[in-house]
Amino acid sequence: MSAFPIIRIITKLLIPYILLFAFYVQFHGDYGPGGGFQAGVIFASALILYGLVFGLDAIKKVAPPIVIEKCMALGVLVYAGTGALTMALGGKFLDYNVLEHHVLPQWHVPSGQHLGIFLVELGVGITVTAVMTMIFYAFAGRKQVQ
Amino acid sequence: MNLIVFALLALLAITAVAIAKLRELWAVIMFTGIYSFLSASWMMILDAPDVAFTEAAVGAGISTVLMLSTMALTGKAEEIPRKKSLVPLFVVLVTGATLVYGTLDMPHFGSPNAPVQVYPDPSFVERSEADMHGLPNVVTALLASYRGYDTLGETTVVLTAGIAVLLILRRDDEEKDESAQLAGNKTS
Repeated sequence: MSAFPIIRIITKLLIPYILLFAFYVQFHGDYGPGGGFQAGVIFASALILYGLVFGLDAIKKVAPPIVIEKCMALGVLVYAGTGALTMALGGKFLDYNVLEHHVLPQWHVPSGQHLGIFLVELGVGITVTAVMTMIFYAFAGRKQVQ
Repeated sequence: MNLIVFALLALLAITAVAIAKLRELWAVIMFTGIYSFLSASWMMILDAPDVAFTEAAVGAGISTVLMLSTMALTGKAEEIPRKKSLVPLFVVLVTGATLVYGTLDMPHFGSPNAPVQVYPDPSFVERSEADMHGLPNVVTALLASYRGYDTLGETTVVLTAGIAVLLILRRDDEEKDESAQLAGNKTS
């Protein structure tokens, strides 16, 4: 589809905003509507849009399947790792109260429950983005079998 | 407001009938995308913007793309059934009537006495902000903190589903192609 200039230019204009919106939904999810799953699918849809318009080879340069594949598991690892971290700090599994700290309070660095939610939502976001993108690769990479 | 609600529901019904009627799969896929966008608007009216995000991104975006790429691998038109059978119509009517009968028991939309408003302890909503050190979003607090185990399970389900799709769809020669390409890129 990269032969159509209107589609190509509109896509190039839109993708940064879609990505920015995905980050907003991800990191503002503690305050407004949203969270890891929503952000993940929005981020993945931006990647898929890029792949649709500029071709599978172009998107594979931006998001190499070998990296995305690892990210699928990385997200769950971040989530479960947060739980392991809270256990290591003496709390229960996924008990974010033990993540309370007093580093740079004037900078609003997330702390306690906020930090825990931030980390697990990040894990969800990474996994969902990676799984959606990998499924797109799996479908788009197949050629018609006669 | 009511006008928008009725218009949306009518459009949803019309789109569903159009999807059932059409035989050209390309048009059907476009109509399912439209259906998803209408559902997303409907979710906005129900005050669920996060569900609307997901519906718009997954329903209208990603699944449409996946169905289009599936169609590219198979055929472009659905076969017209040779003989008309009344059994499916009967099944659909009976199921629909049962569902409508089920809704007669349900509380009205937004009713303060609905079990969903009464049954979980309302103090959840009241104490969540203090529990979460000032985070105002109760939905996120519930999903990620109070019910953190469930969400960990859900994330694992997403991962497992992704792995299953890859195991079914990916073929070995594709990986060889990729490594050959990478090698080609390095030499060039």
